[in-house]
Amino acid sequence: MENTRRRFLQIAGLSVLGFGARPVLDAVAQSNQAQYMPGPNALVGKRWAMVVDQKKCLKAKDHCKDCVDACHRVHNVPTFDNPKDEVKWIWLTAYDHAFPGEENKYAEDYIKDSLKGLPFPVLCNHCDNPPCVRVCPVKATFRREDGIVMMDYHRCIGCRFCMAACPYGARSLNWRDPRPFIKTELNREFPTRCRGVVEKCNFCFERLSKGLKPACVEACKDKGLVFGDMEDPNSEVRELLRKNPTIRRKPQLGTNPQVYYIL
Amino acid sequence: MYNAGKIIIGIIIFLALILFPVLYNAGKTATPPKLEVGTQEKQCVEPIAYMKSSHMQLLDTWRDEVVRNGKREYISSTGKKFDMSLQNTCTKCHVKKDQFCDRCHNYVDASPKCWDCHIAPPEKQAAPQEKQARRSND
Repeated sequence: MENTRRRFLQIAGLSVLGFGARPVLDAVAQSNQAQYMPGPNALVGKRWAMVVDQKKCLKAKDHCKDCVDACHRVHNVPTFDNPKDEVKWIWLTAYDHAFPGEENKYAEDYIKDSLKGLPFPVLCNHCDNPPCVRVCPVKATFRREDGIVMMDYHRCIGCRFCMAACPYGARSLNWRDPRPFIKTELNREFPTRCRGVVEKCNFCFERLSKGLKPACVEACKDKGLVFGDMEDPNSEVRELLRKNPTIRRKPQLGTNPQVYYIL
Repeated sequence: MYNAGKIIIGIIIFLALILFPVLYNAGKTATPPKLEVGTQEKQCVEPIAYMKSSHMQLLDTWRDEVVRNGKREYISSTGKKFDMSLQNTCTKCHVKKDQFCDRCHNYVDASPKCWDCHIAPPEKQAAPQEKQARRSND
């Protein structure tokens, strides 16, 4: 009897070892598994940010909106006639709308003539502390490690909490199917959106991954928009911040916006 | 039994309705649709059996890697590199959406919403001919 029990335990032990070996072997055998990599030319940054050099944005007076057109063309942004349906990623707005609270009665006296009445290009600020991300109930909007506040349109349920939370009005809901309202030629390399999702600027993450600068930056012939890595002390954006005093939109709200304006 | 006649007729009608689909399709075997792959390429991103059974999981992973993790390049189990994109990679080979994606999805009654946003490949039947015609006119 004693012999059989011992034997039973031996066999049981061996079997357990045998079953345990299978997954280990499998794991070793699958060394040629699929892998995911950033593209070979991808621009990699620790904290993407933008500087708008308003001193160079002078053609805005002549209704230049190259940056807006380029962005909306690249991203298949629709143009609605009804302002209530409006969808925008980057747009031009007056000083007192861009920087409410910064205006004063005497500003007209000291603002340089060349800057008077100029519209400001405004876009998603890709905040360090983005309120839209905090309120999204489905994590459709999130902050990437390189600072880009992204939308995952697959997940968006169109609740518009993010639109209520964003103090910059940078988000737009597609009230209607946007496809028939894309007035420019379709960019077949980028998707459109569907009805019922919120959209906004994505700092051209799809272009960065191919080694290209954002479309608006590339489109501005006067180099009024500068894009770069804030954590890199040698970057162009940091150089601009060192040399120029800058302001940001509503920094007092604690969102830590990452689009800087040189006036 | 009260109302025997009515009840029996009712039961017969009920059975006829319930059994209709079974009897109607009895003896027939469902034939899966023939798909036009639309390319001469022998090898998809992954082996064909895997693509047939699991392309949806693959596309889901692609989407998460691109959108969430900022990774664009896929190195397949066969060692080839691909840009992870439904619109810019898949549809470059599978140009006939109607005869490839839709045909099978209709057959299995699946209605994924990919093309609500992603732009389907253009219907090429007419377009190249037009272009050629124009060229010959020049």
